[in-house]
Amino acid sequence: MVRAVDPAETTPTPFAWAVHAEGLVVKAGKRVAVDHLDLRLGDGIHGLLGPNGAGKTTLVRALATVLKPVEGSLEVLGHDLTDHTDLRPLRRTIGYLPQEFGFYRRFTLREFVEYIAWLKEVPASEIPAAAQRAIDRVGLADRADHRMKTLSGGMVRRAGIAQAIINDPRVLLLDEPTAGLDPDQRLDFRALLRTLAADTCVLVSTHLVEDVAAACSDVILLDEGRLVFSGTPADLAEAGGTESSEAGGDSATERGYSSIMRAHREMG
Amino acid sequence: MTHLPEPALRAYASPRGGLAAGATWTVEAHLETCSDCRVALSAVLDDVAPDTARLIGLVGERLATGLDIEPATRRRRRFGRWRRWLTPAMAPALQVTVLVIITALALDALDTALDVGFPSLLLLIAPVAPLAAVAAAWAPGLDPAHELVASSPRAGLDLVLRRTLVVLAVVVPVLAIAGMFTGLSPALWLLPCLALTVGALALGPVLGPARASLAVVGLWAIAVVSPSLVLREPPSVLDPANLPAWVAALAAAGAILAIRRRAYVRAGGF
Repeated sequence: MVRAVDPAETTPTPFAWAVHAEGLVVKAGKRVAVDHLDLRLGDGIHGLLGPNGAGKTTLVRALATVLKPVEGSLEVLGHDLTDHTDLRPLRRTIGYLPQEFGFYRRFTLREFVEYIAWLKEVPASEIPAAAQRAIDRVGLADRADHRMKTLSGGMVRRAGIAQAIINDPRVLLLDEPTAGLDPDQRLDFRALLRTLAADTCVLVSTHLVEDVAAACSDVILLDEGRLVFSGTPADLAEAGGTESSEAGGDSATERGYSSIMRAHREMG
Repeated sequence: MTHLPEPALRAYASPRGGLAAGATWTVEAHLETCSDCRVALSAVLDDVAPDTARLIGLVGERLATGLDIEPATRRRRRFGRWRRWLTPAMAPALQVTVLVIITALALDALDTALDVGFPSLLLLIAPVAPLAAVAAAWAPGLDPAHELVASSPRAGLDLVLRRTLVVLAVVVPVLAIAGMFTGLSPALWLLPCLALTVGALALGPVLGPARASLAVVGLWAIAVVSPSLVLREPPSVLDPANLPAWVAALAAAGAILAIRRRAYVRAGGF
């Protein structure tokens, strides 16, 4: 049986990059957290790496349309986020897991995911099925009718991913999705990521270099709000290959990460 | 929606395969989404391909006996309309508000019993009673899922007003019932209550939603409640003669809110 093709799937996209930033400046409070950043992301899984305070969360919040850029240009799926355009159509196609994922403790998982689906303007008749599908995909089907407050830390994280994918987003922003997951769950999470990436631009912010090496098609390294490195995980591993003895880190990717960071800091 | 012409259905159903591959896909893609055409297909099937029809009938029978027929989705499979309205974000604030109203009612009763002569506390707090819960409807610190709400397409003044209505639907009846005990007419406080609520929302884009509510409550406490308690007389601003002024205030606040509505599209705190 041939799958029914939605007209939207075959319409040519009016943009070259799912995410396109040029000279982007975003403030976190009064501090400039993203400092003249140039970024181009297409479909695939992009790992966003960097030390704490590098501006990862601020960048993700700007892409999620929560923060308004101060300067420069930022386009997501061809929508300009710097002027006063209507954000509604764009927001329908974004999935977002915030770093501090807040939820309603008294809701069951299903109620919570369905409420988010309603917020994302999923048609009411499709909400129950969409919620079930999202909950199945993160492997929480047996917990669907448990209250959110009874879920463990790892399950809450997966519930967060479920609400992020409820509207089949074109751009999926995951801020520290693997925090609090045990090694097994992290493997499951990577497998889930790969199933999402076919026609989606996924941005995974993380401080775990290993997540990036295992699951991402390319890596962006951020420090003090600036782009330090952009390339494939293999490029990153190569960067640390020659000086394995002095750079810290157990794997090639970790060595690459620390040697790039150090080189960047020495340059000032 | 255009439907498949009968010749196309007949050609599709024919065991000799009367359709080109591309046309077959088109027919199948349409059949997937259109139950009318599936019915039409089964109608022509007996005629065009009796063998296929018999086979399908046989499979249907086997499945019917072999499967647990109870539909898997027999549980509540509708997204309840009421849940668009209820949000747990305001629940804690609403609980506190109701407690405060009950306390005010008890103090009023005590005042009457002891004949101290203080103005009605219920009347003094009624105009600002909804504000705590209204702040919780759109504030990063008070709504745990604010970040998610603020990044969703429904974020905006519509959602804020929807939540504000929920708050008023709880607080106003509670105030009205409490007022029945002390003989306090809703006419005295309902309009000021609405005006201050909309006023706090209109101030939201300037001060941030939580601080806006706090500012209105603070101003009310200093300018109206304290003098009234010190002088032991009902506040003159709540005098029925001042109702036209409250109507004007409500209209002005509503107008400002309408102009500044875009501010509510981004996260609270602005």
